[in-house]
Amino acid sequence: MVSLWTELEPLLTRVEKPARYIGCEDGASTPEWSDDAVSWLLTYPDTYEIGLPNQGLQILYEILNERDDALAERSYAPWTDLEAEMRAANVPLFSVDSHRAASDFDVIAFNLSSELVYTNVLNCLDLAGVPLHCSDRDHTDALVGAGGHATFNPEPMADFLDWVGLGDGEEIVGDVSAVIHAWKQSGSTDRQEVLRALAQVEGVYVPALYDAEFVDDKLVAMTPRFDDVPAVVEKRTVADLAEWPYPKNQLVPLTEVVHDRLSVEVFRGCTRGCRFCQAGMITRPVRERPADQVRTMIQEGLRRTGYDEVALTSLSTADFSGITEVIRSTVGDESSGCGDVSVSLPSLRVDAFTVGIAAELQRGRRSGLTFAPEAGTWRMRQVINKLITEQDLYDSVEGAFSQGWRRVKLYFLTGLPTETDEDTLAIAELGRRCVEIGRKYHNGASVTVSVGGFVPKPFTPFQWFGQNTIEELSRKIYLLRDEVKKIKGLQMKWHDPKATFVEGMSTRGDRRLGPVIEQVWREGGTFQEWSEHFDVDRWTKAMADHDLSIEWFTYRHREEDEVFPWDHLNAGLHKDFLWQDWRDALNEVGLEDCRWTPCYDCGACTGYGIEHVVASATPPAGGSQGTGQDLARGHEVTVELIARPVGAS
Amino acid sequence: MTLPRKPQIRLRYSKLGKVRFTSHRDMARIWERAVRRAGLPIAYSEGFSPRAKLSFGLALPTVFESQAEYVDMTLDLDTEINVAHLPELLTPMLPEGVDVIEAVHLSGKVTSLQEVVETTTWSLFVAGEMNSVESWVNTLLAAETLEITRERKGKTRVDDVREALLHAEVRPIDSSDTGLPPKATCEIFTELATKPRALRPLEFLGIQDPTHEFLLGRRISQYIAPHGAQHDPLVVGAAVETSAAVCAS
Repeated sequence: MVSLWTELEPLLTRVEKPARYIGCEDGASTPEWSDDAVSWLLTYPDTYEIGLPNQGLQILYEILNERDDALAERSYAPWTDLEAEMRAANVPLFSVDSHRAASDFDVIAFNLSSELVYTNVLNCLDLAGVPLHCSDRDHTDALVGAGGHATFNPEPMADFLDWVGLGDGEEIVGDVSAVIHAWKQSGSTDRQEVLRALAQVEGVYVPALYDAEFVDDKLVAMTPRFDDVPAVVEKRTVADLAEWPYPKNQLVPLTEVVHDRLSVEVFRGCTRGCRFCQAGMITRPVRERPADQVRTMIQEGLRRTGYDEVALTSLSTADFSGITEVIRSTVGDESSGCGDVSVSLPSLRVDAFTVGIAAELQRGRRSGLTFAPEAGTWRMRQVINKLITEQDLYDSVEGAFSQGWRRVKLYFLTGLPTETDEDTLAIAELGRRCVEIGRKYHNGASVTVSVGGFVPKPFTPFQWFGQNTIEELSRKIYLLRDEVKKIKGLQMKWHDPKATFVEGMSTRGDRRLGPVIEQVWREGGTFQEWSEHFDVDRWTKAMADHDLSIEWFTYRHREEDEVFPWDHLNAGLHKDFLWQDWRDALNEVGLEDCRWTPCYDCGACTGYGIEHVVASATPPAGGSQGTGQDLARGHEVTVELIARPVGAS
Repeated sequence: MTLPRKPQIRLRYSKLGKVRFTSHRDMARIWERAVRRAGLPIAYSEGFSPRAKLSFGLALPTVFESQAEYVDMTLDLDTEINVAHLPELLTPMLPEGVDVIEAVHLSGKVTSLQEVVETTTWSLFVAGEMNSVESWVNTLLAAETLEITRERKGKTRVDDVREALLHAEVRPIDSSDTGLPPKATCEIFTELATKPRALRPLEFLGIQDPTHEFLLGRRISQYIAPHGAQHDPLVVGAAVETSAAVCAS
């Protein structure tokens, strides 16, 4: 098959933002096709604007295109207007690189960053002309895969995904390519053969090779159907980020996207130990990129792309050992010829945002400032292990306003374990104090609190917690909103608790949710992350139609001995470690950051024989969490930090 | 006392092929990145969010191609630049289909492109019987008034646009042009006025509900008409010593 461009072009004259579908980005590949290469269609199941900047997809795109036995192109979910045009004109899902039909590819691989994109995956498969269910596919159909954080519990999508890559994808895509290449070369028409071979790849899970056993309503076991299929699938972890300096040619879109700037990943993993944070748990251990390599990637990236802004990405960029020197050399770099360069740190730590870093950033263009205290009271922050003091927050905010920023945004969660109305309302009080600080410097200083409903996630200590109902989350949000309204200069934004419910139901769901997701899709429920397309009634109806209990899947507290749908997958963390951390949470006991303190054996390093890669043996200055420094500063509550001895459970 | 003037340059470029689906705003961002990548010493505006000093002409509607787009750029003081080299310097920094064709130094008082351009010409490729397209065009040209309904600030009003339709003719397809839609049967070549209010090509194409199908539009030129004679914006703006700028493509 060849390009679908001629068929697609007339449709594009009639849709919104047609530049989303033309490709042509700087950095894009138009690989040579040959029968000897495994062709991958890397698909982001949401719009181009959201999907294009995704670093994971870009990294795999480059790695695959560097291989002799593989090639990769990209695809994104077409917006509803183009989808309607495509269906009317019989134009299938296409790649944006050479506008080939999705069905031309050997592999269609989805990035699953959130549960709300599941229905879009089904829509993309349908547009691709690939049978929706794994069981209906034969050797001529694409092998449908997925990776990304949501795949640490892929069970709700088990009917639709042939294989799932757990953890870092850099090495997995190579191994998967090799297996599929060998299978293609063998001329085999037995799809089972390649699936069995894929199940042998470290980090690859093939759902169809496992039986889910239920007794009454309860999942009791996930059992491999064959002896050679692993009973537990371990995630894959790249030991040294320095060996993977990707993306080398970051894509520069022709049209506006959500993160329209250069991105350089400074480290992967996080051991802050925030108990609500799935990303921090499943990406351990911490692996820093050498500061020199970061600098080179910034300089070459800016020169090549023409961007004047770089984001240093990670789960907590202020923790990067080389942060000060990297920022200083970037902002002050005259040699780049790029004019003033602005640095953004998408994940500022509240406690260690030193006035020094603020000043370094100020030398370039101002960028937005967002802090995430996550909870309103010290007690609540001990429960979630986000051990920043109120004074940490006020110092950070004072630093920001005194350096010339006029707007500060604060992220909070509500619906956390043990949360009382006092905890919720304390968010308004924190906000009020921050506005007060701001007003010392600018009359127009404003503070926005952004509140999200908490979703307990797999592989976190809170995986046993029953999520707050829609009603309870709404009650808390409105309670807080009424309080915020009284405070001049304080704004509030919040996420729809109904969407939070769907996310929560799916993230800890099992295979029985497959037909529910399919029904929601069939009834038109695509783009569920977009409020204009989200309708919670579709989900509640589909659950009822399949005789499944929302209460059981979403709101129920789990028992200690609960068999989770993800127990046969391993993100590295011992289940008994997580259980102990859950008990500690309920006892309001914090846990140190193990980067700079003795190991408490969560399992992430020891299980895989790898270690933290950090350039500095001492914690960054100016903070309090897990560092043993200034812990009681500005607050009457003494922090009780328990370092658990190695090997203790 | 007058401050020394920063050098100003006017460039003409094309926008052909897939890139026609980008918007005017997209093109502005693409240009900003391109001048930084090329290492051109572009002047920046003052203030908290300095922007590269680039100013574009009349917006080209998204999905239209063009052979004649213009951008003015201001360089830093004391920049000596050979404008003849700009096409080969900038074109590789721009997406496929965007080629810098020519560049000149601007001299004297520079009036913005938006203000000086008075007419634009277009090739509009359509599918339909050539005879019927011709009779549609002839009807329009023969009319005393041509009324179209426009919306402005939420209000609908009827405008007579006859005076803005300066010229129109039907031409056969140039078979050597591979960038045309396969379905195209003929080309409507037209000149439309931009003042006092521009008649847009899509407005022109919708007059009196024609039966032919519009497929692709391409801006061919933009003209400044100071004394009834048409001039390319490059020629009018060019300083004497560089008016013989090299055409690179």
